[in-house]
Amino acid sequence: MTVAPILEIRKLTKRFGGVTAVDGVDFTLADGELRCLIGPNGAGKSTFFNCLSGQLAPTSGAVHLDGHDISGWPSHAIARLGVGIKTQVPSVFDGLEVRENVWLAARRRYNAREAKERCDELLTRLNIQSLAAHMVGELAHGQRQLVEIGMVIASDPRLILLDEPAAGMSRDEVARLAALISEIARERSLIVVDHDMRFIRMIAETVTVFHQGRVLIEGEVDKVLADAMVKDVYLGKQVV
Amino acid sequence: MRARRWRLIGFLALLLGGVAFAFGFPAFASLHATIQLTNALALALFALSLALVWGFGGILCFGQAAFFGLGAYAYAIAAINFGDTTFAWPTAILVPAAFAAALGYFMFYGRLSDVYLGVVTLTVTLILFQLFNSTAGPEYRIGDARLGGFNGIPSTPPLNVPFDGRAYLSPESIFVIAVLVLLAALFGCLWLLRTRFGRVLVSIRENPLRAELLGYDVRVHKLAAFTIGGGMAGLAGLLFAQNVLVNPALFSLLYTAQVIIWVIVGGLGTLVGPILGSIGLQYVMAWLGTLGWINPNLALGVILVAFVLFVPRGLWPLLVKVVTHGRRLVRGNGTS
Repeated sequence: MTVAPILEIRKLTKRFGGVTAVDGVDFTLADGELRCLIGPNGAGKSTFFNCLSGQLAPTSGAVHLDGHDISGWPSHAIARLGVGIKTQVPSVFDGLEVRENVWLAARRRYNAREAKERCDELLTRLNIQSLAAHMVGELAHGQRQLVEIGMVIASDPRLILLDEPAAGMSRDEVARLAALISEIARERSLIVVDHDMRFIRMIAETVTVFHQGRVLIEGEVDKVLADAMVKDVYLGKQVV
Repeated sequence: MRARRWRLIGFLALLLGGVAFAFGFPAFASLHATIQLTNALALALFALSLALVWGFGGILCFGQAAFFGLGAYAYAIAAINFGDTTFAWPTAILVPAAFAAALGYFMFYGRLSDVYLGVVTLTVTLILFQLFNSTAGPEYRIGDARLGGFNGIPSTPPLNVPFDGRAYLSPESIFVIAVLVLLAALFGCLWLLRTRFGRVLVSIRENPLRAELLGYDVRVHKLAAFTIGGGMAGLAGLLFAQNVLVNPALFSLLYTAQVIIWVIVGGLGTLVGPILGSIGLQYVMAWLGTLGWINPNLALGVILVAFVLFVPRGLWPLLVKVVTHGRRLVRGNGTS
């Protein structure tokens, strides 16, 4: 039985002047699927991601989410459709406490009492309850990443987009994050963009490789990472 | 729990102290001092409006004086035409609020960056300054109210008893009203900032992109805050106009710059700080003006530079820090 897609992208193109960052990409994500996007620097992953999240308007093509054509929609409208977005650089409220960061994310969907409960539950689940009263600006990079992930899942989105969630994290933090993402993936659809192949292997079953703004190959993680073309694209980087 | 109790005690002390001051001060002070403090309170409300918009909404508005001046003109024109100041109150709030909403719509929905927003608001204020300056002829009138060009509307009616245009209020009563209006505005802002709207507004100041990615419409929130700030500045214009007069100088660079300095000196990101900064600096400026050998505006510039360099967070955060530190010291001595 095939699972209905939650996300369908047809001929997505994004140009910046004479540079085509994303070139006619077709992409489909099944409901409940976890897909990783990989590719060398400049492959177009982040531009593709930003077109999905509404931070960039595509030059052409269509992005269908749950039957809605969201191409060119502003980010807040896409988020309201049930999309949680984590950006490449941690994007949090530095001048506010950890608790309020997560509460604000939950409050968009839930009433005040439910948002507080959801916030407490997430702080415990992410093991950052001891940081609840700390200003986010005072935290280490890995802790800020966790706070942002907490904010992303606080409103219970159906589709989660994570751009380099493991960047700057220690080995232990990466392992914990991988476990958390695998747990989240049981209930939701996810697209994860990352460079860290160990991390990709920990979480992914299917991978899409981007190269020069196009989809080079996609399929099961082991087969894709063993592919000669993929190794070539990474220019000698060891794909373990 | 303890913090909440202290906050409640603070609010009650502020409320009761404010009400006692409103009724007590005129009984002991001279008429001149009462009128002077009424002016200072009007301008403190003006500073509070920018404190909300800039300090909590993150909108650096260089043109808050536009709404202040529009409120003053709207009050004077309505009071003269109605022959009664009752309906001049909503007019003085709604006209600048509507103007702020219209201006804000184009700025926020046009996705202007902070720098351009500052330039546009300042330019609009200076355009209004020029516009009202060139209304000297008898043909420039709205109903019975002549706009008066450079001289403005000198015969601005003072506040009267509601629905009785001939029963003017005494300066003492107007002082009480000014204190109560300022207190109401302050508590209104404190309440607003505790609501979901207020928390989202603060989050937008911290990181507009993240707020947007969480599903909050940044433009709507900024527009609402800008409109509320415009209405508050208009109310300040009313209190100022009925006590002094209305002329194009209300749109001038002097008011535009002064209110920014008051907020910085009092403490950006606080509400009480800009009120204290505004009142304190007005008295300092008035005193410097009596000395004769120093230009008060030059001194104001020096004060601003000194604060930016040595007390960048402003007076109120410094005061809070000193008190908190003092309490810790006392508690430490008590337990040792």
